[in-house]
Amino acid sequence: MNTRAPAIEVTDLTVAYGEKPVLWDVDLEVPQGVLMAIVGPNGAGKTTLIRAVLGMLKPAAGRALVFGKPYEEQRKLVAYVPQRGSVDWDFPTSVLDVVLMGRYGHLGWVRRPGQADKAAAREALEHVGMAELQGRQISQLSGGQQQRVFLARALVQHADLYFMDEPFQGVDATTELAIVELLQELRSRGKTVVAVHHDLQTVPEYFDQVTLLNVRRIASGPVDDVFTEENLRLTYGGRAAFFGRNGV
Amino acid sequence: MFDLFDDYTLRTVALGSAALGITSGALGTFAVLRRQSLLGDAISHAALPGVAIAFLLTGSKAPLVLVTGAALAGFLGTLTVMSIVRTTRVKYDAALGIVLSVFFGFGLVLLTFIQRRPDASQAGLDRFLFGQAAGLLRRDLLTMAILGGVALFVMLLVWKELKLLAFDPDYGASLGFPMRALDILLTSLLVVAIVIGLQTVGVVLMAAMVIAPAAAARQWTNQLGLGAALAATFGALAGIVGSVLSAETERLPTGPTIVLCATAIVLASLLAAGRRGLLWRELRGRRDRRRLRLAAVLADLQALELQHPGAEHGHSAAVVSVMSGGALTTLEELERRGHVRRLGEDEWALTDAGRREADR
Repeated sequence: MNTRAPAIEVTDLTVAYGEKPVLWDVDLEVPQGVLMAIVGPNGAGKTTLIRAVLGMLKPAAGRALVFGKPYEEQRKLVAYVPQRGSVDWDFPTSVLDVVLMGRYGHLGWVRRPGQADKAAAREALEHVGMAELQGRQISQLSGGQQQRVFLARALVQHADLYFMDEPFQGVDATTELAIVELLQELRSRGKTVVAVHHDLQTVPEYFDQVTLLNVRRIASGPVDDVFTEENLRLTYGGRAAFFGRNGV
Repeated sequence: MFDLFDDYTLRTVALGSAALGITSGALGTFAVLRRQSLLGDAISHAALPGVAIAFLLTGSKAPLVLVTGAALAGFLGTLTVMSIVRTTRVKYDAALGIVLSVFFGFGLVLLTFIQRRPDASQAGLDRFLFGQAAGLLRRDLLTMAILGGVALFVMLLVWKELKLLAFDPDYGASLGFPMRALDILLTSLLVVAIVIGLQTVGVVLMAAMVIAPAAAARQWTNQLGLGAALAATFGALAGIVGSVLSAETERLPTGPTIVLCATAIVLASLLAAGRRGLLWRELRGRRDRRRLRLAAVLADLQALELQHPGAEHGHSAAVVSVMSGGALTTLEELERRGHVRRLGEDEWALTDAGRREADR
């Protein structure tokens, strides 16, 4: 890992589905060791931005670097936490099994997870307070527990940069608190977290930096500098004036 | 009629059907979990013109030739489905329907054309419609076993990657696994599983051998590996029982018989399987409802007793039923249990045991 390079550096990124641009000429720099929230209205391209950086879709223009190199060369430094609702939780598998998927990238093709991987998975489950539930069917988990399983799966990747798509979506208050603590602990270990976030009111409390996105990048930087009423209005139109803050 | 089938024939038939049942059962597990059950139907129907064209081009009825033709056509069918979905506004289910009927129709036309030809060498191709186990030869069995074995081996080899594909393809892509390629691989394995069953089960019903064993297995287990193993077992069971039944009985078509056996396994599983089983759920529901009803009537009697303190006092079923509804049979049941006694024709009161029960 290049220790100087920013965790993420996006330049002139444009993504279009058909003729409609979803992201237009986005520049973004995320320094290492920060918690960055990405906020914006529905359809603003938040998930698309993450997917583009992760190389899951081909941008029409521009590029994204992770720790100074294309994502393909840095996969092992990056962990992705998809939206909880993106999978079928009735799938016949156990909590431990899902967390073990976090080891698949390191294992490569064909090789199956071994004892060391299982130990790492159990440790990650303990980390998110789910140690006792390792054998449970995933269909029997609450929303908060599902989110914790996904976080544990990302933790066993032992990554330096974490992408989280709405980690607080539909979780109980205890889990929300646990996730916040986890984020802070990751930061204290020098990790970088980029999270799509919906609750504007908790942005200053949970995150150091914020990117306001609505197809174009409206603003990006430390929360104190850019999370202003003016920028929120530019991002959400008039609708979010209620949440507006005058500095901190 | 029975002496037509010596042990050798029966063994070939049974082994062939077991091979097809194991392969389609195990791979069907992934198809069902990925909600692609109907893809199997499209593949098998699309395979029919492949069989006909392979025969027309080579004049051979060697199993490998026909199976290869079937596989190519089946694969072409799925590619057509995918490209229709990607390039037009037609949705997945409609695309499946279009491909299924167009390919199948074309296959029927070719089959008719082949049968009208003067030479006799074409005899037997129509067995691909509804299947015919009785005609299974040793060379057919060998082809089926090898192809099925290879498909299963590849499935086990990339088991964890396929699990990723079925559960969370986006996450798999972020880890660097080529999910599109894995999708194509799994579809190819499914094509193999289907084409090796065509001669025995037939194109019309082969999809059931992909769906039914996996659906039945899902009722019994919450583990992917166990589910696939169980589906393979169910598939083999249905295949063996169905094909032997049809080989032993005159005018009993093989494909439909096998599929009916698979359906029986599904029905039994839906009804009887553990916690997901409908039968246990119903029994449990009834037991719970009856217990609630008994408790409700006891509570009502107790409430009445408290309103009329002092002397022994009975209450009519009508009074109780105003409170709990349908009380008479429940009162009789409580009497049998010793919680309630009958003071007169229609006068009911709590016993000491009933009072204790009501307090619980």
